[in-house]
Amino acid sequence: MTESVLNIASMLMLLAGGGFAMIGGIGLLRFPDVYTRLHAGSITDTLAPLLIVGGLALQSGWSLLTLKLLLILLFLLFTTPTASHATARAAMLAGIRPVTASGHDARDPNQEEPSSSNT
Amino acid sequence: MRYFISLSLMLAALWLSLSGVYKPLIFGLGGASIALVVWLTERMEVLGAEHDAGLWSWRLPVYWGWLLWQVVLANLMVSRAVLSRRPIRPRLLQVRASQQTLVGRVTYGNSITLTPGTITTELPSDDEDLQVHALLPAAAEDLRSGEMARRVDWLESGR
Repeated sequence: MTESVLNIASMLMLLAGGGFAMIGGIGLLRFPDVYTRLHAGSITDTLAPLLIVGGLALQSGWSLLTLKLLLILLFLLFTTPTASHATARAAMLAGIRPVTASGHDARDPNQEEPSSSNT
Repeated sequence: MRYFISLSLMLAALWLSLSGVYKPLIFGLGGASIALVVWLTERMEVLGAEHDAGLWSWRLPVYWGWLLWQVVLANLMVSRAVLSRRPIRPRLLQVRASQQTLVGRVTYGNSITLTPGTITTELPSDDEDLQVHALLPAAAEDLRSGEMARRVDWLESGR
């Protein structure tokens, strides 16, 4: 009984994880520039692995395997923001201006206009 | 010396949990890898320079739990933006980082980036503001409210 409940929960989590990974992929194609695409990519980086690893952990039960799965998740959640930040910063330094709704400069209207270089 | 021991113990625990094969050869390889890593961190002068690997606060799991929940909420928000036909409204904003230590600032910057909808594009090591790219006005508002900054402050003060 508990086995089938676990199986169904695990199945739903795996399916939802796959679904969110696809949404991330769709966003990657739909969004206009490198910064917005990074946001879409971070869905595939965070919620999708959370659900997939969660679903797999339900399958493996309390074992060393579960610990390994959780360690994968931990390392993933530590390294992906670093990679995203590095990409965004590199794009900034390369002088790519972010796309905005109004088509104007994306800078915060509350801030004074900074110098044109982004360094 | 304290850092030396705590790092070695942590790496040993990691190795043992990842290997699961307890034979003399594997133990020998594990010991050699740990010695190599500790030697490298010593050479890179990062050992104990910024953070003690053995120093765990009970506040860390509490913060992680809260952050995980925020990540789930932000994911739903960004997923909706991906699927809806309404145009997104990305912008850049400056965010104040009130953390005292470098590790605290990095924790804050990384937490912002980990949450979908916001990415830290610049994280100065001195006392300046962070620059953040936000996908949606709601994400920018969340950051402006300073809730996450307060949580990181709280985490930092528990060291």
